[in-house]
Amino acid sequence: MGHLRQIGYGRENCEQRQAAAPLEVSRRRRPGRGGLLGRPALIALAALLVALASGCGSEPGAPGAAPAGGRPLCIAGSTSVEPFLEKLAELYMREHRGARIDVQGGGSSAGVYAAHQGAADLGSCSRELTEGEKGLVEIPIAYDGIAVIVHPSNPMTDISLEKLRQIYQGTMTDWRSLSLPPHSIDLITREEGSGTRNAFEELVMGEHEITPGALVQDSNGAVRELVSTDPYSIGYISLGLVDPSVKALSINGVKPDPDNIKNHSYKLVRRFLLISRLAPTGQAKAFIDFILSPQGQKILEQEGLVGISE
Amino acid sequence: MNQGKFIERVLLFLALSAIGCLALITIFIFKEGMPLIWHTGLKDFLFSSHWAPTKGYFGIGAMIISSLLVTLGALVLGVPLALACAIVLAEFSPPRLKTILKPTLELLAGIPSVVYGFLGVIWLVPLIRDHLGGPGLSLLAGAIILGIMILPTVISISIDALDAVPDLYRDGSIALGATQWQTVRRVVVPAASSGIVTAVILGMGRAVGETMAVIMVAGNALKIPTSVLDPVRTLTSNIALELGYASGRHREALFATGIVLFVIIMILNLSATLITRRR
Amino acid sequence: MRLDPRISQTLAKTVLWAFTGITLMILLFIIVNIAVKGLPQLTPQFLSHNPEDMGRAGGIFSCIVATVYITVLAIVLASPLGVGTAIYLTEYTLESRITRVIRFGAECLAGVPSIILGLFGFVLFVMKLGFGWSVLSGGLTLAIMVLPTIIRTSEEAIKAVPQEYRQVCLSLGLSQWQTVTRIVLPSALPGITTGIMLSVGRSIGETAVLLFTAGAALRTPLSLFDSGRTMAVHFYILAREGLSMPNAYGTAAILVISILLINLTAYTLMQRLMKRYS
Repeated sequence: MGHLRQIGYGRENCEQRQAAAPLEVSRRRRPGRGGLLGRPALIALAALLVALASGCGSEPGAPGAAPAGGRPLCIAGSTSVEPFLEKLAELYMREHRGARIDVQGGGSSAGVYAAHQGAADLGSCSRELTEGEKGLVEIPIAYDGIAVIVHPSNPMTDISLEKLRQIYQGTMTDWRSLSLPPHSIDLITREEGSGTRNAFEELVMGEHEITPGALVQDSNGAVRELVSTDPYSIGYISLGLVDPSVKALSINGVKPDPDNIKNHSYKLVRRFLLISRLAPTGQAKAFIDFILSPQGQKILEQEGLVGISE
Repeated sequence: MNQGKFIERVLLFLALSAIGCLALITIFIFKEGMPLIWHTGLKDFLFSSHWAPTKGYFGIGAMIISSLLVTLGALVLGVPLALACAIVLAEFSPPRLKTILKPTLELLAGIPSVVYGFLGVIWLVPLIRDHLGGPGLSLLAGAIILGIMILPTVISISIDALDAVPDLYRDGSIALGATQWQTVRRVVVPAASSGIVTAVILGMGRAVGETMAVIMVAGNALKIPTSVLDPVRTLTSNIALELGYASGRHREALFATGIVLFVIIMILNLSATLITRRR
Repeated sequence: MRLDPRISQTLAKTVLWAFTGITLMILLFIIVNIAVKGLPQLTPQFLSHNPEDMGRAGGIFSCIVATVYITVLAIVLASPLGVGTAIYLTEYTLESRITRVIRFGAECLAGVPSIILGLFGFVLFVMKLGFGWSVLSGGLTLAIMVLPTIIRTSEEAIKAVPQEYRQVCLSLGLSQWQTVTRIVLPSALPGITTGIMLSVGRSIGETAVLLFTAGAALRTPLSLFDSGRTMAVHFYILAREGLSMPNAYGTAAILVISILLINLTAYTLMQRLMKRYS
């Protein structure tokens, strides 16, 4: 019996507890009270929540802190620029132990937005800034072409700008119109926030819209992957990301390669930009300096881009 | 015993925080999305199929139709298979097979959706493209993948529902001279119907909410599909494609889409609760 | 034309078994495909090296770390909140309209498409609160995602503890809190743990939420504010961009294996629970 008394049983302990506990037992039996403190507490909390939610919703986010010593440098945005930034970051981090750079995708518009809000230190963009975005600092780092790609088995090697626009407008829907065996054209485009798409729309479509019936993929790599598996497809990606799994077409007779970009004969060209809310400092500036240095530019040229000084 | 009261206060605090978080999300979503619905008008928002957010057109009609069609397709393809499987495992198969297969199926419910999407892109899409036509990325591909994805859930819950039918019913039916199949068809399944319907509704909820697999196989085109081989964009895919850069009215429109999805799920949950309660 | 019932039974059984066969074959195909193409990739180097060249080469070590980091954070945040809520709802309140509303709310939120939570997490944690793409943003959003599930399963587990236990305790003079901690919770623990394990399994497979809150950085995340890609996100990116089929399959294999193991543990725990009460 001794040990039971120790853990709290036994009459004396029982009475002691009964003296202290009865309120708790009877409270359980009282109906209608949702909780102990019940309604007033719930109402107060609800009010607090609504206030919190509206506070969060109304004012724009506080400008993100400049990269503190501890936080990694975050660059977000264009999926066209992303692989090149990755490569540069990998090299930079190898040469500067302790540097931490994170590269995210999301698309050019997402990158500009993130830089503007402070969620990212730098945004990357593969199109020009719009009127509404003009207040941001833009740092061009390279020129890149937009390549129109088809499956390697597609016998075409060249396409006119006019025909390309018609295909993307949706007025030309069958390969038959291009003197190929009849089959519907599987048209692939990027999502609306894509810099590549915006550049394509500006350079190729002009006033016309891309047809809503086009297949949408959310990154350059995804478009390339799709075109490389579908013999009836056509799409556009960053020239720097073309590889042997797809075939890049000449536009109006001009082949898409860096030389033709440099001598301005290949027309589908856009700049790669890094975007910042304020002039970059600290780690951001150091990394940008690295990208713009001869070493950084050489890496970009090796990967298929055209340096910014050309 | 102040300790007891203190603990109770702590638990209350935890509970209110948890409920607070959940409420916060709901309030947040509605607060962000409602302004757009006022702005565009509920009718235009829901029924117009012109979605061009950069130009101020926020009609999600095409996407609502696509979501519904994909879900319907998933149910049409998945539920018969799932029901057949459930009936076989619950009624016709030797108990040992059931004890092996039922847990296996429940484990399979945990396979991530991106894996299904990936296999769909590799195997299913070329199959559709080469043998049926179209780009392969299509309503059909989405429906098939979703149908497969809801199989484990629907089978599992249906088996539970069938198991819950008392053996008394079966014995009574056999005693009256019915065959096993007649028993199953006319006695057991109707008795388990509320559970089976719940299973289907839960599967439906999962199909409506699925994002990643659908983005990978459905094509994401902004048109109302005219055939099952047409590419489609569902409500969830649309949110995923645009949420990274949407701001202002555009972001409000995405939250408004969230409200629509939330309401759909709520309706599904309510129906499930009502159906189980009626039985 | 009425068929002889035995014939219609044979017919029905044939059709049903055929359908079952198809179903099982499909599911088997998925598992076998991943296993055959993925398991050979799971070398020690694959598991201990970081991805290189955007994932074309190297391993998935940083992804494994990110997955563990984010999942642990989510569970650590959601479990006390969820179990505490469940205890409060079952032990300290009476069944009333409010509790039913709360439960319904939790059910609804359990069914909310994950992309909406991703949207919420992105707007609130990444943008407005300025956490950026980080383990913190991802963990917080995941915690919200699994909270309803933990509340629900914990509640079920606690409710399943027979009322007699509580009555005996009260009759012996234990306070409510003592009853809960010494008797109810330990009995409900397998059920609660099952719920938590299921949530872990769900978190590991989650892609949409994490892509937009934790981001897709390739480095190993060290601090809470570092971005990191989980295995599921890494798999999605590899698969979508066609960067490396072998690596994609390898990532898929380890993803599926981890989830299967976790679900298996959850299931075994549940079996133990059922055995205890039947």
